[in-house]
Amino acid sequence: MSLIKYESQVREPLIDGHKTYHDVTEDICHTIEAKPTRLWYIGFYISVALLLFGVYAVYREVTYGIGQWNLGRTVGWGWDITNFVWWVGIGHAGTLISAILLLFRQRWRTGVNRAAEAMTIFAVMCAGQFPIFHMGRVWMAFFTLPYPNTRGPLWPNFNSPLMWDVFAISTYFIVSLLFWYSGLIPDLATIRDRARTKLRKHLYGIASFGWTGSTKHWQRHESLSLVLAGLSTPLVLSVHTIVSFDFATSIVPGWHTTIFPPYFVAGAIFSGFAMVQTLMLVMRKVMRLEAYITVNHIEVMNKVIVLTGSIVGCAYLTELFMAWYSMVPYEQDHFFKYRIAGPYGWSYWLMMTCNVISPQLFWFKKLRRNIAFTFVMSIVVNIGMWFERFVIIVTSVYRDYLPSAWSIYYRPSIWEIGFYLGTFGLFFTCFFLFAKYFPVIAIAEIKHVLKTSGQSYKEKMGGMEKLSARAFHDNVHHGDEEHETHVKVAHH
Amino acid sequence: MALKKFAVGCFDEEGTLFHAVARVREAGYKIHDVYTPFPVHGLDKAMGLRDTSLHTAGFIYGLTGTTTAVTFMSWVFTKDWPVNIGGKPHFALPAWIPITFELTVLMAAVGMVLTFCYICQLAPFVKKHHFHPRATDDLFVMVIECGEKTDKVAVKALLTDLHATEVNTQVAEDGWWIGRYDKEQKLYHEPIVA
Repeated sequence: MSLIKYESQVREPLIDGHKTYHDVTEDICHTIEAKPTRLWYIGFYISVALLLFGVYAVYREVTYGIGQWNLGRTVGWGWDITNFVWWVGIGHAGTLISAILLLFRQRWRTGVNRAAEAMTIFAVMCAGQFPIFHMGRVWMAFFTLPYPNTRGPLWPNFNSPLMWDVFAISTYFIVSLLFWYSGLIPDLATIRDRARTKLRKHLYGIASFGWTGSTKHWQRHESLSLVLAGLSTPLVLSVHTIVSFDFATSIVPGWHTTIFPPYFVAGAIFSGFAMVQTLMLVMRKVMRLEAYITVNHIEVMNKVIVLTGSIVGCAYLTELFMAWYSMVPYEQDHFFKYRIAGPYGWSYWLMMTCNVISPQLFWFKKLRRNIAFTFVMSIVVNIGMWFERFVIIVTSVYRDYLPSAWSIYYRPSIWEIGFYLGTFGLFFTCFFLFAKYFPVIAIAEIKHVLKTSGQSYKEKMGGMEKLSARAFHDNVHHGDEEHETHVKVAHH
Repeated sequence: MALKKFAVGCFDEEGTLFHAVARVREAGYKIHDVYTPFPVHGLDKAMGLRDTSLHTAGFIYGLTGTTTAVTFMSWVFTKDWPVNIGGKPHFALPAWIPITFELTVLMAAVGMVLTFCYICQLAPFVKKHHFHPRATDDLFVMVIECGEKTDKVAVKALLTDLHATEVNTQVAEDGWWIGRYDKEQKLYHEPIVA
């Protein structure tokens, strides 16, 4: 049977070392069962401190109003919406890895999907804060929901891209959460059944919903995962498309661009994978998961980064070309005088360097497989992607049509920066808790591919691949006969 | 809730498991279930289980979402409160595509997950009998239901014959109940492998 699932030697094993099923369980559960390390505590406390600073920054904004931020008459969207788009973008890699790669039968996803999905959920949580608090009167946030109210009822405008965003982001959050948690249930059951303390047994018992591992349940679970993946695939593309509609459906020069949806989606995958790299490289080292998140995994993700980075680069050039080709003076001024030059020119060139030029180094295999280089690049890419959103938002609006409506140089206030740092705190607080209390690698999924992608199998098949066709056939056939005789003996 | 008698055989290889499932079914025993640490492809077919229709339910939930979104938005903008937005049509179907799509996905996903939990009887605080604690780790646990007339000795002999690494009989509830795992399941005592 295993011969039918033949996989070529050309691909490296996805799981290093000669692991058994039990080894997989031990390797992934050991960090959950051991006491947190000093490094974990340091990281966790720094995150909580950042989170508290963010809470204070938001408290200032809610109490004294949006004037706590340096937004002005023309720059009405500044750091807040930049951060929103940046976090949503990061939140795209998780679902991409778990959904699109599942449909494409990419087995390497099993090493990174769980942590990437968690990252998605936390990133979307961070993203959601910005538009909500940007409303100013945040206690009115529920006005965006279509509920029967006493004002008519007066409904929200479903034709508005900002309204689409409310639906897109909340749907994305809920579906990602369900996808993530339904995948977690069997693994939480594994931890429950291994629990050495009563409290652990009780809590994981609640969290694992009474999962037994029944064949019928697995069959339904597989069907559920497949359909959720099928639903999430267009969903993940739609979410950033809708985010880009916030800009693209306006008539502001610099935003009024039809290329925005694919350009935003590529950028989202680009930055999401960079964030996955940042997290995974630290995680595999600290949690000793090098056998599951191999250099091969890192290389594959770097290939995605160089691809999407190049797509994004094409989009930047297309924008410039279209501005020139359109013959609209406002478009041309915005791109050539206010964006690539002018007071914010530095941010454009920083974006170009980080997003388009530096990822090209990943065409070299040596660099794709270099862990230190990948780590530095992943941070460079995320800086670049933050500046992309900053460039799109701020450089499009800081100079309006009339020079009398030009703003002074926009720079954020400490509370704007504090809010951004606070979301880092939220993200990493959640991620540290996740890394400590949840299986960071999908245990059941690794076991599922262990026999066909593990090192033992690859080595066995390596010999098989060198056989001639005839010898290969005989080998397979011989195995069958042996099996049949065995059955017969058992019958008698 | 009913107590039943079961014969339990544990296997440590998928290969022997498939063979055993076929043999046990041939021998005419009723396989209550096979508990596995990960989805074993083809095992449902080997056990004679029918395909799940969960995806059909998902399709229906999705369709419900589409219909809800389209009818609600058209009712709001054409009947309940038609707003003149620059003289644009009230029935603005293209502008409703994003929300219609999102609601389709949302309803399909939420509906499917809830249905999945319901038909598999999964919920917080639900307790079920576990035939072997390592069924979620590295063992494939086959459970055979024993009736009044089942010869337990013969069943156990058959399981041993089929290379089961561990064979026993258990009396257990076959349903679920509200319970606590820390009170009803033994703690794990195997040493930690560094």
